[in-house]
Amino acid sequence: MLIRRNRLAELPEREVTDRSLYLRRRDLIIAGGLAAGALLLPGCGRAEDAPAASTDPARSKSPVRSPDGFTTDETPTPFEDATTYNNFYEFGTDKGDPSANAASLVTKPWSVAIEGEVAKPGSVPLEQILAAAPVVERIYRLRCVEAWSMVIPWRGLPLGQVLARFEPTSKAKYVAFRTLLDPDQMPGQRRAVLDWPYREGLRMDEAMHPLALLATGMYGRDLPGQNGAPLRLIVPWKYGFKSIKSIVSIRLQDTQPETTWNLSAAGEYGFYANVNPDVDHPRWSQKREKRIGDFHRTRTLPFNGYAEQVAQLYAGMDLRANY
Amino acid sequence: MRDGPRRLRSIRGQAGLVALALVPAAWLGVSALRGTLGANPVETLEHSTGEWTLRLLLATLAVTPLRRAFGWAWLAPYRRTLGLLAFGYCCLHLSIYALVDLWGAWDTLLEDVLERPYITAGFTGFLLLVPLAITSTRAWLRRLGRRWIVLHRLVYAAAVAGCLHFLWLVKADHREPLIYLAILALLLGARVWPYLRRAVAPA
Repeated sequence: MLIRRNRLAELPEREVTDRSLYLRRRDLIIAGGLAAGALLLPGCGRAEDAPAASTDPARSKSPVRSPDGFTTDETPTPFEDATTYNNFYEFGTDKGDPSANAASLVTKPWSVAIEGEVAKPGSVPLEQILAAAPVVERIYRLRCVEAWSMVIPWRGLPLGQVLARFEPTSKAKYVAFRTLLDPDQMPGQRRAVLDWPYREGLRMDEAMHPLALLATGMYGRDLPGQNGAPLRLIVPWKYGFKSIKSIVSIRLQDTQPETTWNLSAAGEYGFYANVNPDVDHPRWSQKREKRIGDFHRTRTLPFNGYAEQVAQLYAGMDLRANY
Repeated sequence: MRDGPRRLRSIRGQAGLVALALVPAAWLGVSALRGTLGANPVETLEHSTGEWTLRLLLATLAVTPLRRAFGWAWLAPYRRTLGLLAFGYCCLHLSIYALVDLWGAWDTLLEDVLERPYITAGFTGFLLLVPLAITSTRAWLRRLGRRWIVLHRLVYAAAVAGCLHFLWLVKADHREPLIYLAILALLLGARVWPYLRRAVAPA
């Protein structure tokens, strides 16, 4: 409860903090792929007159994070790493396969089927989706279920605002997402490694949370194919496999949707898949993670460090049973 | 004196094998220094040294069946060399995992070894190889006599443990570990087969 008190105290200041951090963030994004290098240099200059802990943001024990979770001053993962080390089995199961094979993905034209419990269903061109909400920039931590992590500057639309445009009915309790199914464009789909097409889902309150993002770009440019072009989900407090890529369908429904990794191994990948260092994957530990670019592992935080923003969504839930 | 040239040939062969088998390690070392091992270099080192351990272990197990099947007596001396090379890569593999990847996270290391089946399997495989590496010398062979042969059958268990280690860490695409397991099954089958045939066939 002491934690709550702190949170409430910060609420009135949210807007202000938010804006100043936005400015800082934009500087980083303009630097693009060089952001990491750009950060290192001022870090060196400050070394003499600053306490040791703040000279290197990547090593800092308590990085500056905005109260809304929209940004962080942790060093962004180099663009090169974030675009060549990918899990996107539609293009192959090795980390380098997606970047090698994703050129076959055709993202223009692209439309998304908005289906189910909405007042305004239909096949919606991507351009129309992009007009449904303001474009925002976020710097999120991304924690893979395989115990590695990155820090990525995204560009996209708040998912909740996009969904609201299509007017979910009172029966909409869950959102189900589906990736493109086209083995011609996605060679990985020619083998049944997973039950294609890839499907993911969120509970309605999770989908409406301000941290949930429909991303269209990263590092100040359009999403590369291997990162889920042209439209992907980002749910930073959940393991990466929840953040479905190359979305062609968004269906609102009153039942919990089937999700691909859960169908593949229910004991290992739950529907919720919230980052949780206290609940290990049956085959490996989730207590620590390898931040890409670091040599050793660091501790994993509950909800990937977004507990303050999202923990209340799961109040009273047994997170061991609902992994 | 008469087997002098043959011996020289054998030494050259052994040196050639060792040099060849160290190429991947050297390449990994150079790449690591140049920073060209990709986004997750520690993982690349772990996976690569692990795969070379298994390849060399399977090569070790292939020596006897090949020698028997084709009468290649010259292959026999390479069995120990291949086995020791496999052990070398196994030590590299374990060191990178324990001393680089999990540096300082000793609680996780212990938990991994005790509680994660794939790591328990891998670590068991390593432990099984240790006595084999120690007793690989001619002196130990003489000292142990027939018991040396019995002891060194542990290599079969080590190879099974190593292949399971690989299989159990994979998330969904099991093709690669299954290839290793299939080759292992073939090599173990080649050893069991003569006994089976003798048991089934009339005297």
